[in-house]
Amino acid sequence: MSAELKTGSAPLEVRAVEIVKSFARYPALNSVSLEVRPGELMALLGPSGSGKTTLLRVIAGLEFPEAGRVEFGGADVTFAAAAERGVGFVFQHYALFRHMSVAQNIAFGLDVRPRHRRPSGVERRRRVETLLRLVSLEGMGERKPAQLSGGQRQRVALARALAVEPRVLLLDEPFGALDATVRKSLRRELRRIHEATGVTTLFVTHDQEEALELADRVAVLRDGRIEQIGLANEVYDHPVSAFVAGFVGDANRLVGEVRGGRFRAGEMALAGAGVRDGAAEAYVRPHHIDLGAQPAPDAVPATVLRIAGNGPVCRVDLRLEDGTHLEAAIARNGASVIPSQGDVVYTIVTGGHVFALG
Amino acid sequence: MSRTLRPSEDPIWLRAGVLFAVALFMGVMIVLPLATVFLTALSKGLDPVIEAITAPDALAAVRLTLLTAAISVPVNLVFGVCASWAVAKHDFAGKSLLISLIDLPFSVSPVVAGLIYVLVFGLQGWLGPWLEAHDIHIIFAAPGIVLATIFVTFPFVARELIPLMEAQGVDAEEAAVSLGASGLATFFRVTAPNVRWGLVYGVLLCNARAMGEFGAVSVVSGRIRGVTTTMPLHVEILYSEYNFVGAFAVAGLLCLLALATLAAKAMLDLVWPEGRAHVG
Repeated sequence: MSAELKTGSAPLEVRAVEIVKSFARYPALNSVSLEVRPGELMALLGPSGSGKTTLLRVIAGLEFPEAGRVEFGGADVTFAAAAERGVGFVFQHYALFRHMSVAQNIAFGLDVRPRHRRPSGVERRRRVETLLRLVSLEGMGERKPAQLSGGQRQRVALARALAVEPRVLLLDEPFGALDATVRKSLRRELRRIHEATGVTTLFVTHDQEEALELADRVAVLRDGRIEQIGLANEVYDHPVSAFVAGFVGDANRLVGEVRGGRFRAGEMALAGAGVRDGAAEAYVRPHHIDLGAQPAPDAVPATVLRIAGNGPVCRVDLRLEDGTHLEAAIARNGASVIPSQGDVVYTIVTGGHVFALG
Repeated sequence: MSRTLRPSEDPIWLRAGVLFAVALFMGVMIVLPLATVFLTALSKGLDPVIEAITAPDALAAVRLTLLTAAISVPVNLVFGVCASWAVAKHDFAGKSLLISLIDLPFSVSPVVAGLIYVLVFGLQGWLGPWLEAHDIHIIFAAPGIVLATIFVTFPFVARELIPLMEAQGVDAEEAAVSLGASGLATFFRVTAPNVRWGLVYGVLLCNARAMGEFGAVSVVSGRIRGVTTTMPLHVEILYSEYNFVGAFAVAGLLCLLALATLAAKAMLDLVWPEGRAHVG
């Protein structure tokens, strides 16, 4: 199946160069540059209002920038109409044509082609069947969108976008309107479909977990600027700013100060090499807090408020003697002792990211 | 059917009372007058009715009314669709001004609307001398009647479509464009099917008003019997001549035309049963 879905041409590189775009004098994109490698699955991650959807729409040709360029495979497409770019776009709220059946929806992009480029009826039906199979909706072709669940509708939207054999697939919060279970299974499915089609894919999300799980690389946006671009685990392990450290993944934020390369907040201390002396903040991942039953040098006593989580990792809410709340994560693999509520434990911070304040 | 009273259910006397009040109101205000039209027309038998309707002046009035509707409805359909498409699906400077202009014919008295055309196209009007010199007759002629009718009935289609199109948003259109559809293909394949009920409704209302308009047409027509009288004007002329049977006969015919439009709508209901759910 994957062979017949591969587009004839090789995957395309997408570049956005110094894009500027504003709405009613509020800057939505402030000189944003981004490069999506051929065949890559990339996430645009950011809080609402960070400009991620605007950037996606500029790349799709649904919005046009005030400055900057969009290039597909080296060719300037900044002001090309959406149709000429060969993009497939998936909307958060599906945007299906509700008066058409599922099959008609999927075939739409082929049906509106000029006669000489339009595949024959047989070919179109075959293509629709292939796509229905790809998104696991065999036999649903005659249904109307209103008869489908949210997850099924989004699969139709995905199949419809893929039907035109796009050179670039763009998805705007594709799982945003779905419930958690469906979201998870669709995520896996998107990954599978991406591997089957090999098309360069860029998706927008505000869910850092989704971005880290699904994407090869992640671009973190904030206030119309790119904060960091990198491999998913790189962004998580080596955030370049306090914003990225706080936004991507869970982290405890501690405010204190740096003196001679060492960060201190109350009794807690950790290395802050390379940060100038003065007020600073530290972001400590839950798994960077070790818990011991016995006092130890540098260990800070804390009370266990709550134990939560039933997965492989157990979350422990702690309160230090100065009132600071911390969240720790410990593996449930038998190697470590899981404390009980009300216990006093001794915490050691084994890592964290320190940034100067102000 | 269960006899248990659910807490949210209103008592029977209240439901019956409301229903009765509505039925009474409808009966007194709508059914009774409509029945009176036909009863008065037929009060002296069928022959005077046929005579009144087939009189040359009456036939001329019917022709002029149908001609007026046949021109003004398609014109307003095209402009109404264009206006609502522009307003609902696009953002541009002066949008709110355009919306106010679309509403203007509703807020201006039809008599004033008629007078505006007299002031522009009449003999003493701005364009009067030029039109006279070129032997073009608008006021006191069919073109004036059509123009006044177009003005008065302009908002019907646009007013039906704008809220509907706005509620549906631009997602589907953007999807169509991203899939390579041209502007026209997007309109005919995506936008229009989703608003077709609003479209039908707007056209029917527009048509009913176009055939029934009195005030504006009355000002520009000049009431030359058998030449510039539409059906409502003809009814009024007959009535003022105390020809009650004739007046009510023509009025009855006008009512039948209106009922025919309603029947056409009911027919479409049967043809497109699934379309109903998409409206509103």
